[in-house]
Amino acid sequence: MSTKSDLNLEYVANLARLALTGAEREKFSRQLGDILHYVEKLKQVNVTGVEPMAHASPVCNIWAADTARPGLPVAAALRNAPAQRDHMIVVPKVVE
Amino acid sequence: MADELIFQPAARLAAQLTAGKISSVRLLQAFLSRTMAVDGRVKAFNSHDETGALVQARAADERRAAGRARGPLDGLPVGLKDVIAVEGQPLTCSSKMLANFISPYDATVSVKLKAAGAILWGRMNMDEFAMGSSTENSAFGPTANPWDLSRVPGGSSGGAAAAVAAGELPFALGSDTGGSIRQPAAFCGIVGLKPTYGLVSRYGLAAFASSLDQIGTLTRTVEDAALLLGAIAGHDPQDSTSFRTEIPDYRAELKKRRGTWRLGVPREYFGAGLDPEIGAAVKSAIEFYRQSGCEIKEVSLPLAAEYAVAVYYLIATAEASSNLARYDGVRFGHRSTKAKDTVDLYCQSRAEGFGEEVKRRIILGTHVLSSGYYDAYYMRAQKVRTLIRNEFVCVFRDCDALLSPTTPTAAFRLGEKSADPLAMYLNDIYTISVNLAGLPGVSIPCGFTGTGLPIGLQLIGQPFQEADLLAIAHRYEQGHDWHTKHPALS
Amino acid sequence: MKYEAAIGLEVHVQLRTASKMFTRVAAGYGAAPNTLTDPVVLALPGALPVMNKEALDKIIKAGLMLGCAIEPVCKWDRKNYFYPDSPKNYQISQYDQPICLGGTVEIELPGASRNVMGEHKKIPLTRIHLEEDVGKLNHGTGDSLVDYNRAGTPLMEIVSEPALHSADEAFAFLTSLRTTLVQGGISDCDMEKGQLRCDANISIRPVGETMLGTKVELKNLNSISFVRDGIALEIRRQSAVLEGGGFIGQETRQYDGEAGTSTAMRSKEMAHDYRYFPDPDLMPVKVDAAWQAQIRATVPELPFDRQRRFFEEYQLPYTITSVLVSDRELSDFFEETAKLSGKPQAAGNWITNDLLRELDGAKITLTDCKLRPSHLAGLLQLVEAGVISSTIAREVFAAMFLTGEAAEAIVARQDLKQSTDAGELEKWVAEAIAANPKAVAEFKAGKEQAINAVKGTVMKASKGKANPKLVDEIMRKQLGASPRPVN
Repeated sequence: MSTKSDLNLEYVANLARLALTGAEREKFSRQLGDILHYVEKLKQVNVTGVEPMAHASPVCNIWAADTARPGLPVAAALRNAPAQRDHMIVVPKVVE
Repeated sequence: MADELIFQPAARLAAQLTAGKISSVRLLQAFLSRTMAVDGRVKAFNSHDETGALVQARAADERRAAGRARGPLDGLPVGLKDVIAVEGQPLTCSSKMLANFISPYDATVSVKLKAAGAILWGRMNMDEFAMGSSTENSAFGPTANPWDLSRVPGGSSGGAAAAVAAGELPFALGSDTGGSIRQPAAFCGIVGLKPTYGLVSRYGLAAFASSLDQIGTLTRTVEDAALLLGAIAGHDPQDSTSFRTEIPDYRAELKKRRGTWRLGVPREYFGAGLDPEIGAAVKSAIEFYRQSGCEIKEVSLPLAAEYAVAVYYLIATAEASSNLARYDGVRFGHRSTKAKDTVDLYCQSRAEGFGEEVKRRIILGTHVLSSGYYDAYYMRAQKVRTLIRNEFVCVFRDCDALLSPTTPTAAFRLGEKSADPLAMYLNDIYTISVNLAGLPGVSIPCGFTGTGLPIGLQLIGQPFQEADLLAIAHRYEQGHDWHTKHPALS
Repeated sequence: MKYEAAIGLEVHVQLRTASKMFTRVAAGYGAAPNTLTDPVVLALPGALPVMNKEALDKIIKAGLMLGCAIEPVCKWDRKNYFYPDSPKNYQISQYDQPICLGGTVEIELPGASRNVMGEHKKIPLTRIHLEEDVGKLNHGTGDSLVDYNRAGTPLMEIVSEPALHSADEAFAFLTSLRTTLVQGGISDCDMEKGQLRCDANISIRPVGETMLGTKVELKNLNSISFVRDGIALEIRRQSAVLEGGGFIGQETRQYDGEAGTSTAMRSKEMAHDYRYFPDPDLMPVKVDAAWQAQIRATVPELPFDRQRRFFEEYQLPYTITSVLVSDRELSDFFEETAKLSGKPQAAGNWITNDLLRELDGAKITLTDCKLRPSHLAGLLQLVEAGVISSTIAREVFAAMFLTGEAAEAIVARQDLKQSTDAGELEKWVAEAIAANPKAVAEFKAGKEQAINAVKGTVMKASKGKANPKLVDEIMRKQLGASPRPVN
């Protein structure tokens, strides 16, 4: 497991698409260091051969038949859009 | 007269509506005026739709008059934590990110409550995106504990708990990811039920940690919890994690299920860190059960007690970092006006729209999933989660339910823990493992501290055995009058 | 130095379903912007995914057709990255437990000429997994507009091993894969509609070298010929770089098919850290033997297998079989006609020539065609029995195509039976000889071809019904000539 210094805040903030202020960086670095230090204790547990638990209940094959239903009217779909034009969402120009 | 109404259990209000002793409109007005009187201090509501609620109340009265009442909930007002979608109503998650968001659709629980005739009118304050244990992490300001306005109501369903405690609502729905219903219920002296994972549909519940989140009830009594749970439980094809199981009449079962229960007491839940006053109150509750003929067994949950908080903060933050990626300022929600390109649009909108605790958890969750750390953090946490669940499975071979404190301390002061996230996280030490194991848990009032703050008793049940769990809780409630005490709010 | 290329393809195929992968709003192409959305597609707070059973059936079928191992358990993972066409900013996909592993795509390389069968190869697949498509960005001058209609469409990703060695092989791979998937009813694979999209990972290495070179990802290969041209260009580009003493950097390039150029993509420069983890909202999928068997029962014969069978069973030539097997319905049409008529070779000729020409002329598909195998079989039998001539047969065919009437009915109603009545034929021939003195004189002078003018007059008089063989005999007898020379 890792130590405090392992948290590359700049890298992670960029992955999470969060602009942090200098003060936030300083504060989070310290607080998350404490938390990461706290979770180090999981190293003490022997997990050899233990299956990871991704769901609270072990069911499978939960699906629906392929029958199309009406969706949202455009007006409802775009009701909360911060910017729209021609029934589409406007974003700054995407450079590919 | 109004006082008599606003502090009555919902089941009794329902009986009076049925008997024609009161009207739904009159009842709603009583809650409205109580809210007008006290919410300036409690600040439990983010918003409420008074006009819409009155229309619904009138419709309920008309149905009742025409002999077409939809059942016990018809015409009863219910509050919803501001994380559950109701078509046409705000859905803010107490975040600046969603300050202006109006949901274009109903959550499954909203559909069910509407069908039962309940009046969905109040949007209850919470910790932003359900991340917190004090309701201080709300973009719209903290809610106060009605028993002591200088203290927190708990969280994240703090607004819902405080409103019920303060007589602003007969009952409400909250959500519980690590104790977010049970802990505020304990702090506010009411009943908080987190059902088994999969019993109540999560469709329309803005996700915090999908494998842990569950909608549950905040009520004045155990019977009210049974009443409200009956209305919202059941399989939903729109939630793949929803479970197919028979839904009993929980309220009727309360009286039928009167076994000599085998109750386990996890020894680790009474160690260091537990406030002696809380410990004493819970022990006397255990004594009550013993004297009423139940078998009390000491059990051991060493892994749950030691590692649940660590496991929880890895799994919950990892899932949250992904669940909250959709709040990006593109299709809805806050959009920064400063952005020059799309990356900037994301970074600025999210920086401006999210509060500090949300950012902290997104960063943590992103880190634990990132390349090179996944196995050490997330994968290991999932494995320890398996071990914690197994521990419960083992204990439940000999027990019908477990008894423990809900929280290590009573309600703390506003601002007391906000500078120390880890201390805040440790406040959920007794509740978190219940979510990790997917079990049902309920907190019921079991006394007061010397300074008059409520104390909660947590009962943990077997998966999908809510009827037993509530019957056990009901037995305690029948022998005590804590639930009839109300904050003065003078 | 001589170089060889190692090419791996990543092919994204939209499955043909009525609704989307994880929600039941309709999936489709060409609808007005943002009319195929719902809370799940838009990733509204609280929305949850539910799997589409049909999409699972279809990918299992694709896997069985391509000889993949269908895994007993597969699960869903979230691939986390921010992009405006991705509503949740994570894509539900399958990371380390895909539904299909292994498998092959049989390809045919170009033959020595058009009517000669080329070399066949089996290209190994790495895996096939299921995921969801993203929305569509429309780039304007100052901004971009997002339409989420496509978002959430079931998308199958087929990944090949880097086992293709030329642009021609890649082209053949895609052609064969498309034919197979279309014939399985898995996808319509219309590249113009984005139903099939292809990215290529291309590296080159000196011949004899076993280590793979640095790979370059080539995107935007959005037509089947762009795949060939784009890959050929990239191989030339990399060879030139190496020849010039440079080295190949790992990068993603965008191919511009119109201009025939490629450029490095800016947005892909940063290394990705997708933070895959199991999606807690979706339960795993277990595929048992019964489910596999149920799907296996719906798997059609593969095109190349069918072609081999057509060679053996019907002794059809390569040119005809390759046309037939490229279209499952056409092959079915052929087989039914062959069975009904007992004349497979004639059926093959009629279908690949006349039927396809008529369909093309009428701009309709085989499904909408009124002429059915029973019609064509009836026609073949009439020709075989000498009831009508092949000239008349063409007329009857055209009539059947238009009306869907049986051949016999058309022949009877229009009185098109070949005439073998000697008296009638004698009379037509005598009249024709009288009417063509010049041709007759030339014929008698030894110009064999001159007789055709006489024959033409007979056919005209008989409205094509005169049996040509009998006409020839009678004509020669009346002109006192010996029977037609056999050459």
